[in-house]
Amino acid sequence: MPKKLRGVRVPHNKNTAGSVPIIMPPPRFVTIPLVMHIGAPSVCIVKPGDHVDVGQLIAEAGGYVGAPIHSSVSGTVREITSVMTTAGNPVPAVKIESDGLMTISPVVKPPVVNDYDSFIAAVRASGAVGLGGAGFPTSVKLDVKDTSRIKEIIINSAECEPYITSDTRTMIDRADDIAEGCRLLEKYLNVKKIHIGIEKNKPEAIASMRRLAANDPAVEVRVLPSFYPQGGEKVIIYSITGKIVPEGKLPIDVGTIVINCTTLAFIASYIKTGMPLVEKCITVDGPAVASPKNVIVPIGTAMSEVFEVCGGFKKTPAKFLQGGPMMGLAVYSPDTPVIKNNNAILAFDKDTALKPKETSCIRCGQCSAYCPYRLDPAEYGRALKANDVEKLIRLKVNLCMECGCCSYICPARLPLVQQNKMGKALVAEYQKKKKAEAGAAK
Amino acid sequence: MNELLTVNVSPHIYTKRDTTSIMLDVVIALLPASAAAIIFFGLRAAILIASCTVSAVLFEFIFNKIVKKDNTIRDLSAVVTGLLLALNLPASVPVWQAVLGSAVAIIIVKCLFGGIGDNFANPAITARVVLLLAFPGTVTAAVFPSEKFTDIISGATPLAVISGQEGTLPSLLDMFFGARGGAIGETSALALLIGGVYLLARRVITWHTPVAFVGTVFILTLLLGEEPLYQIMSGGLLIGAIFMATDYTTSPTTEWGKIIFGFGCGLLTVIIRVWGTYPEGVSFAILFMNILCPYINRWTERKPFGGVPQ
Repeated sequence: MPKKLRGVRVPHNKNTAGSVPIIMPPPRFVTIPLVMHIGAPSVCIVKPGDHVDVGQLIAEAGGYVGAPIHSSVSGTVREITSVMTTAGNPVPAVKIESDGLMTISPVVKPPVVNDYDSFIAAVRASGAVGLGGAGFPTSVKLDVKDTSRIKEIIINSAECEPYITSDTRTMIDRADDIAEGCRLLEKYLNVKKIHIGIEKNKPEAIASMRRLAANDPAVEVRVLPSFYPQGGEKVIIYSITGKIVPEGKLPIDVGTIVINCTTLAFIASYIKTGMPLVEKCITVDGPAVASPKNVIVPIGTAMSEVFEVCGGFKKTPAKFLQGGPMMGLAVYSPDTPVIKNNNAILAFDKDTALKPKETSCIRCGQCSAYCPYRLDPAEYGRALKANDVEKLIRLKVNLCMECGCCSYICPARLPLVQQNKMGKALVAEYQKKKKAEAGAAK
Repeated sequence: MNELLTVNVSPHIYTKRDTTSIMLDVVIALLPASAAAIIFFGLRAAILIASCTVSAVLFEFIFNKIVKKDNTIRDLSAVVTGLLLALNLPASVPVWQAVLGSAVAIIIVKCLFGGIGDNFANPAITARVVLLLAFPGTVTAAVFPSEKFTDIISGATPLAVISGQEGTLPSLLDMFFGARGGAIGETSALALLIGGVYLLARRVITWHTPVAFVGTVFILTLLLGEEPLYQIMSGGLLIGAIFMATDYTTSPTTEWGKIIFGFGCGLLTVIIRVWGTYPEGVSFAILFMNILCPYINRWTERKPFGGVPQ
């Protein structure tokens, strides 16, 4: 019996699970950043004054690990500007004034897919990135070359972050797309086994996926305990297959690919219609939001406009997040655009926005006891204070996935995730230096 | 909408439990033992509890004022220290000695080493040991509740009787409910167990240390031909195993570490009780293991999930 991974029990707050997504009216402007994925920035191919339609290519992938970007509205390119990302650095962005017509570009037509190569090429052209939040280009993940390496595919539908229900809605409203996605994976990646992993707190989604699995012998629905971070990539692989992805390796190295259910549904719909990734169903919620719902939003729409669609605010907002409250990123401006890998935007009022005051570490060991990876955040903090990089390396700070369990559980409210990030950066810098020294010595 | 937004690193939600609520839980868990102390030892116990607790908080407050640090008395850790110290002293200890104990615990053991979380030894235990060495007459005095629990009388504690002093051994039932000699808070096994169950239920402590500690004493004394039930209910064993050996700061954080720590405490307690000159060994055992704590943590470091050794 393998040892169960620990995690924390967070309040689910799945207030919008019953909210059928509404399509928001076209915004007046969209600002589409050229970095909405992990990898090389995309290369802009439009200039101010150009007319664009929905689904038209506006930026090409900047490299193999990259993704193309398409216009989410019809209208006129106004300027190539820059927006502040949640990481705090400005990235170039295309600002488009919408004509309100949402005219679909004539180039949008279903791609011709008949084998592995054309399937991967289609996924690449669709602009798909990991919609669960990570934003890793999907074509790169699926491009395993030798499909016999794939023992199984896990469709990650855990959705363990509080508040977010957009994946739940995909499973309920777009089960056909997921079924078609499974068929595509079986056909072009030669996959024999597909697991759909769902936390048990989503009965409607489980029922919907079970109906799908009844018609497809390769698909199995796996109901998982609701704990955070059940949907972490290495966590869900372990929960479903018992396999451990070793440090520095990828899921495919243990024969597994994990793909988010909304990403898969999108790929299926792209291959059917040819409409690239230009809109996203997101959950709009949080203690400050007047009427939380799921909204289908053109990519690049300012968060503030999406909140307006949800009745604005019932309390003065003091913090805006992209993503869930455990791993989501706080933004600097309410006008920050919604990007491809957003699955929720949340607004907190001033009572819930502020981080409680830090006190001293009492060495209770909870941060380590609840860490899914059995790491030791409190010890990292002490190693950081002592500038002891070797200790950080020995204690494997690099494995931290920044899920936030340690900070959530810490009774002293220490910024443990922040420390871990700092530790990881220090280790990376140190190893780079060592490598350079070793290179110079030769 | 033009106001500045809060931006911080995730996560953005937190559990309700903080240091203060943990300490409050420990205080609540000590209430049955405190009540038992007052029932069995009367007004003297009440005075001892009040003077230790109030002076502990006061010392921390004054120390922080003098060194201009943020005041930490709101976290209730000084209350826990004062209360534990009082419960570990017999009713015969004069108030001034008890207050001196508080000063040792708070100022020397806790604050001078950096305050909450930075002390390497348990403040209440260290203070008790200091008092024991400084005033052996009053601190090891065997004090009994009187027949009607209206006053206290002197006599040998059960452990002293087991060690060969004259006196009668109380019945197991008296040991369980607490009508026997000893420090005011250690006599009622029932009250301490209620507190222990509360701490387990509230997940403030885990079972590892208390079970390893008590289990080790039980098995070793059984093998040595002693009365294991008397052994585990006498002296400060239960209060030590449940409340002192589980102190976060001075005990290991890993599960195996906690088991080793509890085992070490039990082993040392039995060695001192059976072969040492003192009839009671819990305080020395825990204090010694406190010092080993960083090493135990190091020996029991857990293998990270997916980690590959270099």
